[in-house]
Amino acid sequence: MYTILRELADSWFMLMMFTFFIGVIIFAFRPGTKKSYDHLRNLPLQDDDVLVEDKSGEK
Amino acid sequence: MQHIIKAVVLGAIVLAAAFATNFARDLSYQVSAIIIILWAGILFIREIGKIGNAPAPAETGYMDGVVRAGVIATVAWGITGFSVGAWIAFQLAFPSMNLSELTNGYLNFGRLRPLHTSAVIFAFGGNALIATSFYVVQRTSAARLFGGNLAWFVFWGYQLFIVLAAFSYVLGASQSREYAEPEWYIDIWLTIVWVAYLIVFAGTIYKRKEPHIYVANWFYLAFIITIAMLHIVNNLAVPVSIFGSKSVSLFSGVQDAMTQWWYGHNAVGFFLTAGFLGMMYYFVPKQADRPVFSYKLSIVHFWALIFLYIWAGPHHLHYTALPDWAQTLGMVMSIILWMPSWGGMINGLMTLSGAWDKLRTDPVLRIMVVSIAFYGMSTFEGPMMAIKAVNSLSHYTDWTIGHVHSGALGWNGMITFGALYFLTPKLWGRERLYSLKLVNYHFWLATIGIVLYASSMWVSGIMEGLMWREVDAQGFLVNSFADTVVAKFALLVTRGTGGLFYLTGALIMAYNLRMTMIGAGAATPKQATTAVPAE
Repeated sequence: MYTILRELADSWFMLMMFTFFIGVIIFAFRPGTKKSYDHLRNLPLQDDDVLVEDKSGEK
Repeated sequence: MQHIIKAVVLGAIVLAAAFATNFARDLSYQVSAIIIILWAGILFIREIGKIGNAPAPAETGYMDGVVRAGVIATVAWGITGFSVGAWIAFQLAFPSMNLSELTNGYLNFGRLRPLHTSAVIFAFGGNALIATSFYVVQRTSAARLFGGNLAWFVFWGYQLFIVLAAFSYVLGASQSREYAEPEWYIDIWLTIVWVAYLIVFAGTIYKRKEPHIYVANWFYLAFIITIAMLHIVNNLAVPVSIFGSKSVSLFSGVQDAMTQWWYGHNAVGFFLTAGFLGMMYYFVPKQADRPVFSYKLSIVHFWALIFLYIWAGPHHLHYTALPDWAQTLGMVMSIILWMPSWGGMINGLMTLSGAWDKLRTDPVLRIMVVSIAFYGMSTFEGPMMAIKAVNSLSHYTDWTIGHVHSGALGWNGMITFGALYFLTPKLWGRERLYSLKLVNYHFWLATIGIVLYASSMWVSGIMEGLMWREVDAQGFLVNSFADTVVAKFALLVTRGTGGLFYLTGALIMAYNLRMTMIGAGAATPKQATTAVPAE
């Protein structure tokens, strides 16, 4: 167990995790996200009383 | 047909549990088996009654019955957990409260303490997380919960886990692993329930009508998956007998200790942090009626939190047999954790920018803001205490207990109270809460309670740490352990009093929520349009 973990920590695995993390940050800040982020930010603030699919008949 | 299959399975469980009762090697195991007989027996009778019924028409709309049950369970377990906590706090100040003569040691501090920690973390916190995650994932995915009655299985299965665990502690069966005390058969049951929970949650996300997954769901999902991994690895053990509670861990020595604290710290990181951040990212914007401050920040702090928390466990084992490099790694990673933690705090607090005036009029929002403030404070204190030099003073003292409670009472408790105050009128179709004045009382009682608790434990802990390390000119220790116990008596009483404040606040909340549910006073039923699904 220890040997496997040590091997992972000393090798490509460490580098892969780091690269993935940096990649996520770059991805979050990529241009052209404003529209989807604005949509996501406001997602909880929409009406939440009734499920959309059965809303038609009631309102 | 479905009912017949279910009845056969439940009948088999009753039979197996009856065998287990007969062959049980210890009291705890026997009592567990009896509880299982009762649980499966009641369900068996219910299923028998349903045989021959026409299949119920598929229900539509949000599945809120299970969330309502979760709200009630959260409040009930919360009161239980806080009461046991206040009791054992006074046991430390007044040892006669152990009632050792009367109860033969069954209600000693050592047995009630895991009862308290499990009741507040897993019963109160766990039910809050399950209920809110079911609520949030449906709203932000615009989809009904996946798997039909599987959500009810998760709810009742989780309650069974809590009851089994609680009885086993008092009856003396424990793995002696902090926050993972339940023995092997209870662990296996929790694994089954947890997998069902993952299926319901992930299934709902999968069938969502929204193109994107809202950040709260990312946090909830990380919490569910990571807890599954932690729970399975930390509880790898071989039972001595299939008819007994006792099991032996697969790990030994320092590996065992490190596995336990890898689990223990990440239970804090993913159960008490990631899960409750999911709550924050939905309920704070809702209550403030403002969108999250920065969505980019929420993504960055999510991934940073996930990548960093996993490494911080070794700081629980400073100055032990754990290799030095591992201790240092744990310390450094803990300090780096400052950044994502405060990223989350800033994001939560700044959600109120432009709406700060609401704090004057809305006590529910005030509870949420205090909760985020305590999140910031305890995630500042934690990394500081993980520094080896500080830890040499703070470890094994009351300071640790104070730190844990500023996080648990301040952050987890308060954000849960906020979510409960938000959810109850919604779920029971009420215009508003029964009384905002009572919410205000709750707010002040809880806040003063936490301040009493945390400050007395700081003083007590630092005093203890200094007394333990004090040596005279010849190099002999100046104080015996009992000296420190005597010295902190007044502080222990203050701590217990803080707990009583907190408990009183929670009782007021329970009354307020109950009155809201039955529609008393100002909590009149909502006008027309919204049909609450009957479940």
